[in-house]
Amino acid sequence: MAVTSNGTATVTLPTDEQILITRDFDAPKHLVYKAWTTPELVKRWWNAKRGDVTNAEIDLRVGGRWRYVMVTDDGFEVGFHGEYREIVPNERIVSTEVYEGMPEGEAVNTLTLTEEDGRTTLTVLVQHTSKEHRDAHIDSGMEAGMQDAMDLLEQVASSLR
Amino acid sequence: MARATTTSDAFNAVAEPRRRQILDVLAGGERPVNDLVASLGLAQPQVSKHLRVLREVGAVYVRGEGRQRLYRLNGQALKPIHDWVKSYERSWSERFTRLDVVLEELKKEEGDGGDE
Repeated sequence: MAVTSNGTATVTLPTDEQILITRDFDAPKHLVYKAWTTPELVKRWWNAKRGDVTNAEIDLRVGGRWRYVMVTDDGFEVGFHGEYREIVPNERIVSTEVYEGMPEGEAVNTLTLTEEDGRTTLTVLVQHTSKEHRDAHIDSGMEAGMQDAMDLLEQVASSLR
Repeated sequence: MARATTTSDAFNAVAEPRRRQILDVLAGGERPVNDLVASLGLAQPQVSKHLRVLREVGAVYVRGEGRQRLYRLNGQALKPIHDWVKSYERSWSERFTRLDVVLEELKKEEGDGGDE
């Protein structure tokens, strides 16, 4: 089956307050945008290997709110929410993001999609207000990453056969 | 225990942009202090101060050769920082692997639904 990804995401730390995530997809940008902004679809990929997304609310308009809730495999509920600040369909979304476990650390995320020859480069720039919040954000990903990433990849790979 | 201490210290040491610049230069190989001073465009005392911090956390090694002091990177000490970002990266990679599957389906649906 032709799931041709270029594998891993690239994460860099351009400044002390930023995280930049980059990844190419073998799909046109309007489909990446659709997968990114449609609740039923978000529920299928946003959880990574961390648990189930039990709630994905998306009010896709400037000033509209979004909220995702995930229940981790050990029963822990984690919520994230924010507000849309700027929307250019199929190209760019600027939104705020708050991890409800650490509500003082609001970040501003800028999603950018650029297409070339039917492939899309996705970038997410996460702008925190301080290095402490940025680092705490990465720590949260680290814990998730500890949970056997390889298992998930295997599951996905075998489900494609 | 020792590792935890080293880790947090290395994190702090590398938090300073000038010190990251020094590490970038040293990533290209061993350098005498004078080279670092020239590359950074800082005064020698400032560079020496940063080098001392980096040396204390084990991020760089120093050795004397004649009258020169040569500095080189110790990748081992920086590995925890590298790993830290890598784990975050892996969790996004997991998401995107799932997103790939969703996108394949969307492409197929669009194909089935007629030409775009």
